[in-house]
Amino acid sequence: MSEHVDIDKQVRIYVTVFVSLFVLTIVTVAVSYLDVSVPVALAIGLFIATVKGSLVACFFMHLIDEKKIIYWTLALTVAFFIALMALPLLTSVADQVGEFAEVEAHEPH
Amino acid sequence: MEIPYTVEAHPETGLNNGKIGIWLFLTSEVMLFGALFATFIMLRIGSDGNWAAMQAEAELNIPLATLNTAVLIASSLTMVMAWASLMRGQLGRFKLFGWLTVGCGGIFLVIKYFEYTAKFEHHHYPESSTFLAIYFAMTGLHALHVIGGMAWNAYFTGPGSKLFHTNRQWLTDRVEHSGLFWHFVDLVWIFLFPVFYLL
Repeated sequence: MSEHVDIDKQVRIYVTVFVSLFVLTIVTVAVSYLDVSVPVALAIGLFIATVKGSLVACFFMHLIDEKKIIYWTLALTVAFFIALMALPLLTSVADQVGEFAEVEAHEPH
Repeated sequence: MEIPYTVEAHPETGLNNGKIGIWLFLTSEVMLFGALFATFIMLRIGSDGNWAAMQAEAELNIPLATLNTAVLIASSLTMVMAWASLMRGQLGRFKLFGWLTVGCGGIFLVIKYFEYTAKFEHHHYPESSTFLAIYFAMTGLHALHVIGGMAWNAYFTGPGSKLFHTNRQWLTDRVEHSGLFWHFVDLVWIFLFPVFYLL
């Protein structure tokens, strides 16, 4: 965080973020009771969690006002993190493509 | 010999040692939890549609987990308030908010203890199902991080706060760094909560 900060303004922001996180937690629980399909529920739940996580990272962890070297380090981490998450998903897609090709091969032409 | 850049920023990076150190540590933590989240995705995809049944059988307590989420969010607020108090030069308020943060961590662990013991009473162990295996692995690792964060904050709020009288800026920076770790622990729970309890 940069050296010259208005602490009173910061504290007001912290309280606003706290209230937002609290409200979003209630929304997350409420949404889980909606009668929607699993992929839609996952998408909504993870979207709200991402918004909450971003609020924590940007304001509580002061990432909204940080030095460039921190941003670059985190950008590299995010790239590796996405690759890590993509691996199991790609494996699943490859499995499904393989199964589909096997069924196609056994069907009479 | 005095270690350089403990308080003043390095001219190349604009950061002191502690700040760059904690962020590098947190990036390694992202990959640690990332590997477990990737494992979670793989187990869920490979469960052949049995995931919901395993999740229902585990009978996770949503109200208690929601309460725990609120406790951790509150602890993040008290953590930044502790740092803000030091920035204002208010040692008493810093200690109040510091101990409140440690206390919130304690409440989180007590609630987690009740959750775990309820599982064990129903003979729900990590080996009982794939869901419970990854549930205990991830929430257990997270709980260890909470314990680590509590110890770190307790030291700076207690004996470590003597630094206020000799080098206030150094203490303020150290509390900011321990806060970064604490908020990261909160951030991980923000994702663990919906992934295990709600979805």
